[in-house]
Amino acid sequence: MNFRNFIASLAVLGSLAAPAFADDELYTKQFGGKPGMAKITHEMMVGVLADPRIKDFFAKTDIERLEFLLAEQFCELVGGPCKYSGRDMKTVHRGEKINTAHFNFLAEHLQVAMENNGVPTWAQNKLIAKLAPMHRDVTEPR
Amino acid sequence: MERAACIRAAAVVAALTSTCAFAQGFTRPDQGKLTATGGVTQIEGAGGGGLTPWALITGYGSRDSYGGNAHSTFVDLSDYSLGTYGVAAGFHDRFEVSFSTWRFKGTDGALDGVKIEQDVVGLKLRVAGDAVYGQDSWLPQVALGAQFKRNKGITGLEGLGVSKPTDLGAKDNNGTDYYVAATKVFLDQSLLANVTARFTKANQFGLLGFGGDLQDKYKLRFEGSIAYLVTRKLAVGAEYRAKPHNLGVDDEGSAKDVFIAWFPTKNFSVTAAYVDLGTIVNPFVPGKQRGAYLSGQIGF
Ligand code: HEM
Repeated sequence: MNFRNFIASLAVLGSLAAPAFADDELYTKQFGGKPGMAKITHEMMVGVLADPRIKDFFAKTDIERLEFLLAEQFCELVGGPCKYSGRDMKTVHRGEKINTAHFNFLAEHLQVAMENNGVPTWAQNKLIAKLAPMHRDVTEPR
Repeated sequence: MERAACIRAAAVVAALTSTCAFAQGFTRPDQGKLTATGGVTQIEGAGGGGLTPWALITGYGSRDSYGGNAHSTFVDLSDYSLGTYGVAAGFHDRFEVSFSTWRFKGTDGALDGVKIEQDVVGLKLRVAGDAVYGQDSWLPQVALGAQFKRNKGITGLEGLGVSKPTDLGAKDNNGTDYYVAATKVFLDQSLLANVTARFTKANQFGLLGFGGDLQDKYKLRFEGSIAYLVTRKLAVGAEYRAKPHNLGVDDEGSAKDVFIAWFPTKNFSVTAAYVDLGTIVNPFVPGKQRGAYLSGQIGF
């Protein structure tokens, strides 16, 4: 076993020992795991793309890729076994002229999608709690 | 004196709103806040819970816009009733102005038929923090506020030579409360918590004037609210509001409530509560003043 493998197995052991188990339960039980999260992000984007207030932002976006990245990111944020592989929030959104209202309209589509997929409010709010501070990076600074 | 203060406040508001409108090029209200994050209308007309003003700015206007609402509240107590209605507006999620008018009536016992009316003009300025976006920080949203209250007189006690609060021992018929409110939404726990520190001389919210025979100094009194966010459209909670005791004829205590607030849309909310306002002029009307509180708000 070389040094890199040793570190990797330590990390795996570490993640097994950590309360990641309880968190993983949030992902698998409340958000329905991988299929559940895929459905939620898809339904959220269906809502976003039908919303005249914000749909134009996504005119040139590869939606399939975006849904994949969102599901991955949300999975990581609620403690699921994922690692977000996209670009950082500031890089992606700055310059798009996204304001607070746009941010909240999108958040509401996520809330509706979670509601429609049976995610209880307390669990929804754990994800929203992680997303809320991203307001700083997603919207234009003032 | 206080009347002049009210007029001055109104002038400041008019100036601010018109500058906003110009700076904004008459932007439309954006309803850009999340449902329920404008709060409901507290008893004096400010954005808040039922009894206490919160640091949240009323309405659904985001920092780029504005929003407004009208409310009507009815409280049916053991021996009295209180009806209020008014309007409020929030600008840039930073500044709030409100107006509320009160009609308080004796409905039973020794003061049956007695009526007291007052007007309240409220101003609120958000000075720090963000209750919703600051989830990664301990800093709550903090606002400073003032409530200018003008008593419009007491009717039904003319026979006893009483037509205004000063006839009952209050030092002033009009007065101003100043407050600092700190509000935080703990999304991870689905809780909202608020603490308000109020500097006040008011007797029974101002209905019985300001200051009295026992004392005539500004007192610091604390108020608190806690709410659980059952869904994004439904909150349940409880509140507490301490009040000063200035009048010999009224052993004034604290007010409390438990409430449920429902926000079916951003244009409408309704709050139902059970309130306990303590005793009100208890030498004449003994017994706690408890009862149902119902408040509706429509907004844009
Ligand atoms: C907390 C809120 C938000 C999160 C977590 C989020 C997350 C993401 C992610 C993960 C991506 C893909 C990154 C990549 O391509 O590497 C993305 C892209 C994008 N987001 Fe957001 N976003 C948020 C809010 C918004 C809002 C409010 C808007 C506009 C209304 C918006 C518009 C876009 C657009 C247009 C793209 C695609 C950019 C491109 O095609 O290059 N996002 N977002």
